[in-house]
Amino acid sequence: MALNQDDVAKVAHLARLAIDSSNTQAYADDLTSILALVDQMQTVDTQQVDPMSHPLDATQRLRPDEVTEADQRNLLQQGAPAVEQGLFLVPKVIE
Amino acid sequence: MQWEAVIGLEVHVQLATQSKIFSGASTAFGAEPNSQACAVDLGLPGVLPVLNEKAVEMAVKFGLGVKAEIGRRSIFERKNYFYPDLPKGYQTTQMDAPIVGPGVVDIVLEDGAERSIRIHHAHLEEDAGKSLHEDFQGMTGIDLNRAGTPLLEIVSEPDMRSAKEAVAYLKSIHALVTYLGISDGNMAEGSMRCDANVSVRPKGQETLGTRCEIKNINSFRFIERAINHEIERQIELIEDGGRVVQETRLYDADLDETRSMRSKEEANDYRYFPCPDLLPVDLDDAYIDYLRSQMPELPEEKKARFVEELGLSVYDANVLASSRAMAEYFDRTREICGDAKQAANWVMGELTGRLNKEGLEIQQSPVAAEQLGGLIKRIIDNTINGKAAKQVFAALWDGEGHTADDIIEAKGLKQVTDTGAIERVIDEVMANNPAQVEQYRAAEPDKRGKMVGFFVGQVMKASKGTANPQMVNQLLKQKLEG
Repeated sequence: MALNQDDVAKVAHLARLAIDSSNTQAYADDLTSILALVDQMQTVDTQQVDPMSHPLDATQRLRPDEVTEADQRNLLQQGAPAVEQGLFLVPKVIE
Repeated sequence: MQWEAVIGLEVHVQLATQSKIFSGASTAFGAEPNSQACAVDLGLPGVLPVLNEKAVEMAVKFGLGVKAEIGRRSIFERKNYFYPDLPKGYQTTQMDAPIVGPGVVDIVLEDGAERSIRIHHAHLEEDAGKSLHEDFQGMTGIDLNRAGTPLLEIVSEPDMRSAKEAVAYLKSIHALVTYLGISDGNMAEGSMRCDANVSVRPKGQETLGTRCEIKNINSFRFIERAINHEIERQIELIEDGGRVVQETRLYDADLDETRSMRSKEEANDYRYFPCPDLLPVDLDDAYIDYLRSQMPELPEEKKARFVEELGLSVYDANVLASSRAMAEYFDRTREICGDAKQAANWVMGELTGRLNKEGLEIQQSPVAAEQLGGLIKRIIDNTINGKAAKQVFAALWDGEGHTADDIIEAKGLKQVTDTGAIERVIDEVMANNPAQVEQYRAAEPDKRGKMVGFFVGQVMKASKGTANPQMVNQLLKQKLEG
């Protein structure tokens, strides 16, 4: 599977990555060669192998349903550029 | 052309945990903005999610309630998109290996007909925060208290054929989650939210039409209106030679219309992948069997018991089992008065009528089940007649006494069943109305039945409603015949 410059631009937009348009062809070539390796791996017979979602051979630990976190709003909002009435303010988004 | 609608629902149920799905922050409703959003919920660098065991338990219970296969190994994935109310840039959710597999929900339509709707799957995920668009001089305010609240997303198969079926399905899900105690089911506070996938096709056609998704429908009333509106829109569009475009539409309750949410279309590429911060969740048979043993009586079982053991009609059983609160109220009333049919009539009649009139839920009823049961007991043992019972009920509602017995005593409503006392009242009424007595005696026997009503009314009035109506009837006829 080969990626073109449009694919690269789309993926960059989805991931909110600012890339220089003069580099998109280079990224397209790099990503295409990575996908070539994926294609090669796809040819391996994995019928007898369970799909792996996580590299660790362990399962999720669960925690009891208890409230352990106190209100730290003032501390946590110190890094926010704009705050009002306890709310984080962001540039207007509306559907 | 005859059209058929095809509807599938995605219902988001907020699980009634104390803390969030991946953090120890509180989920309580109505707190100060961002006072319940901890470092994990904010997605600050270096934090790790740890799964809440209660959320897992609740999801499994739902699965058992819809006879579904429980996922022995379920996996959390990241659904990536950018929106200010989602601080991590992804929602932790499930896709390929959800905790609840295919199941089935039975629904009851308004005419009493029953149908089964298949559940495709249900999965655990976290909620996002809330955006507030008013009052911030061109900025949007973000409250992340809700971010990380556990949700169970229940995805149906496209098995519904009308808005009414969709409402019935939503009601069944609502009854199930409240019976199980896994959600408060409060739609006004957003504890249950619904997206509907709607398409239309010519009746008889197998393949599905192009569907639209209607987002964020938050009441039983709106879901019916929103879906009906969308069905009409699609049919009109096709009949005018147009084509339905697959898109997301927002229902506006004020304007009663759906409109396109174009801005989300291009972002519909979520690049799911397994969340590296969360390991697979393994559930064994012992755990699932334990939860199965903890299951309460569910609506279907309750209905069956009401019909088979208590002899109620299927209609009555459906109404009474429709919510856990209603069923429990009825059960307590019935236990106290000892008569299921009378208890059913009072709960569904006088009580429900008054609750609807005042806009109250049964949990808020001023008359407790114990009080109503005590009242019905006095009807059954003939202490009061039906007319007096309504007065007692009204008095209980208004808090004029604690028990039916107190009110019967205070208001002198005890039914008079003493023959001599009733006869004295009848004599008095006949003496005061000689003309009517003469008329009665002169009338043809087949006309007299109607005429006796006048005397019954007078006697009941004179006894202030306390005379036993059957006895009044019988004694009056004897005396009038002379």
